[in-house]
Amino acid sequence: MAFLDRAARGLLLTEIVRGMWLTLRYFFKEKVTVNYPYEKGPLSPRFRGEHVLRRYPNGEERCIACKLCEAICPAQAITIEAEPREDGSRRATRYDIDMTKCIYCGYCQEACPVDAIVEGPNFEFATETREELMYNKDKLLENGDRWEAEVAAALAADAPYR
Amino acid sequence: MPKVTVDGTEIEVPAGITVLQACEMAGTEIPRFCYHERLSIAGNCRMCLVEVSPGPPKPAASCALPVGEGMEIKTDTEMVRKARNGVMEFLLINHPLDCPICDQGGECDLQDQAMAYGFDHSRFEENKRAVKDKYMGPLVKTIMTRCIHCTRCVRFATEIAGVPELGMLGRGEHAEITTYLEKSLESELSANVIDLCPVGALTSKPYAFVSRPWELVTTESIDVMDALGSAIRVDSRQTEVLRVLPRLNEDVNEEWIADKSRYAVDGLARQRLDRPYLRVDGKLREASWQEAFAAIGERVKETKGERIAAIAGDQCDAEAMIALKDLMGALGSANIDCRQDGAKLPTTPRAGYLLNSTIAGLETVDAVLLVGTNLRWEAPLINTRLRKAWLQGDMRAAAIGPDVDLTYPVENLGTGPDTLAAVADGSNAFADVLKIAERAAIIVGMGALARPDGASILAAARTIADNCGMVQDDWNGFNVLHTAASRVGALDLGFVPGAGGRDVENILAGAIAGDIDVVYLLAADEFDTTRLGNAFVIYQGHHGDAGAHRADVILPGSAYTEKNGTYVNTEGRVQLARQAAQPPGDAREDWAIVRALSDVIGGGLNFNTLGDVRSRLVEVNPLFDQVGEAVPAQWAPFGEPGPMSSEILASPVSNYYMTCPISRASETMAECSREFVRNDGARTGTDG
Repeated sequence: MAFLDRAARGLLLTEIVRGMWLTLRYFFKEKVTVNYPYEKGPLSPRFRGEHVLRRYPNGEERCIACKLCEAICPAQAITIEAEPREDGSRRATRYDIDMTKCIYCGYCQEACPVDAIVEGPNFEFATETREELMYNKDKLLENGDRWEAEVAAALAADAPYR
Repeated sequence: MPKVTVDGTEIEVPAGITVLQACEMAGTEIPRFCYHERLSIAGNCRMCLVEVSPGPPKPAASCALPVGEGMEIKTDTEMVRKARNGVMEFLLINHPLDCPICDQGGECDLQDQAMAYGFDHSRFEENKRAVKDKYMGPLVKTIMTRCIHCTRCVRFATEIAGVPELGMLGRGEHAEITTYLEKSLESELSANVIDLCPVGALTSKPYAFVSRPWELVTTESIDVMDALGSAIRVDSRQTEVLRVLPRLNEDVNEEWIADKSRYAVDGLARQRLDRPYLRVDGKLREASWQEAFAAIGERVKETKGERIAAIAGDQCDAEAMIALKDLMGALGSANIDCRQDGAKLPTTPRAGYLLNSTIAGLETVDAVLLVGTNLRWEAPLINTRLRKAWLQGDMRAAAIGPDVDLTYPVENLGTGPDTLAAVADGSNAFADVLKIAERAAIIVGMGALARPDGASILAAARTIADNCGMVQDDWNGFNVLHTAASRVGALDLGFVPGAGGRDVENILAGAIAGDIDVVYLLAADEFDTTRLGNAFVIYQGHHGDAGAHRADVILPGSAYTEKNGTYVNTEGRVQLARQAAQPPGDAREDWAIVRALSDVIGGGLNFNTLGDVRSRLVEVNPLFDQVGEAVPAQWAPFGEPGPMSSEILASPVSNYYMTCPISRASETMAECSREFVRNDGARTGTDG
């Protein structure tokens, strides 16, 4: 009987028909892929993308050069130098992140006592040269200005779970 | 010896100590803020509460409670934990939560103890208080809101430094630590309050926001800013030395260091010689090591040994000096000297140039005569020892020289050597005080020896020591106080004119007269370089100071934080300084430079490693093997009595903050001398 069964399936091409039927079903189903540069998938508020340095609403930079992010960074990607600004406040004179070293673990963001360094929602920062991935303070502040709305919204959305 | 029980363990402790000390001896740590071993007991932070029976059923402040026979001390009961928790909560009520911007962050007592004994949150919802910052000079930065009123700084200034300019005003929430007149703390030890402060209220101004403690690499070393050889810890990040902190050494500096030792290090980054230079047509131009050596070789080979001379500076390590001494010997020159200030120091016996009483020993004197020295500027930490002796008993001090405030009463006997002679022959009344005293001492400074009649003054001082019974079996009260860190080491290894050799005075005279053609300066800057005449000057050192300006060839050496060096302090203690950073640019370790040069000029030195040089040191003087020990010197005859001039015996240090190439290159020291010495920048509370 087993022989007959196998021979019948082989002759009638049932497996191919079943396969084609499955394919045909997916043909009419909703697509799971997105047309990437023009369409994008949803991002969690906890998404850890490109770093930004934020400012207070009055324009004052948040970072106080406490170096906690530098200390916790497992990849040692952050370099900070500090000195007193003219008004005596503690400020970073240098805040560099080597984005090629960074492993996007988000510890810097967790360590920051003033929410200055945040990993924003941007993941599209590919560059043509390696040098462009050595971010300095100006670049990070510029990122902060550009992404402030999104970053603030993401932080607010995640705040209840913290 | 009372027996006490600490957490169930019975131990025997010396009578009269406090419960806190007893617990410490039993190995139990008691948290504290206001208690400090070297300061008087205040008992105002209440962090050290323990339960003691017999006694009232409440926690007791262990720092202020003397132990009694049969006391039972409990440090880990519910009551104690609750009490400490409560105290910590009270302390944190008015303490700002600004650890991220606080320089003490990472090495803060309050931070650490809040982790161990505090709550995880605060129940205080009212406004925290804010206190106006005080001006305490160019070294101490104040953020008085952080102050927890432990009064350690007040007690340090009053007791140890002897400048009662700090105090607490107001009470309760309105209590504030302040310099009464809002002026800087006028002490050479002022920066020690920074180490004492258990929180970030007093921090280091030059080091503000520079670095975090976890970024630093610590090297244990020895200070060379004065001749004490204080134990220091050099904190560096990569190639930069960022700060210097004191290290505990009961025999030398206890746990303090002077401000110059602490803050002159920013001079290490300025005015450095980082490559060889060669003078061509009257102008210095950059050169390679080969060119520099070739120029020296050419000049030295055509010069006879007796026309070559070498002078060692004040901060040279023994390794460099022995290398240079051997090289000069090989060249056939006996014209070497380490006493660039012209001090008439005997080369033997050792007791003739040492601080024989030892630094710790000076704490026990009951009468002391200071000759031609300003202790506050030459050795601030010896001054604190004498102040301690005065505080503990009825030490009597007298000085011959200009009147200076040493923070304890000093009788001024006169200003010139005639007074010294009067004490020596017993006609001055203070001679009797010295005779009666059980432990009398005389301290002769470089101001008394670095003058033409220095040898006679030394002899007179010796006469006083002999006549007044200062030299006994277990006590030697004859002390020479050096100002140069390298001096005793140089004398120990014989960096002095050999047979028929010239001393500094004669080398300079010879250079002017044209009898000396080549002068090798090993980081020697503290003499009049115009007196080098037309001699060919080789300068090996680390800073572009006086010597380098006159030099024909400059060989870049390394400063004390950049080499492993041996130094002998003024009491004859051999100590090792360790390398904390790399010398800048092409600069090299000093002994290695001399070693390399010897190949070019045919002086065949046969050591190749630091170990070889150190064995050579021990070969020259076995004392160099006894690292860390002050070996007592045998009392033996020295000194030639002679006529003394009537010139006053003034200290050689005219500005404490600028005594060496490093401190002269330091911005912080410049600021200090503007504030404290020249006094033209006197500020008041209304300044910023």
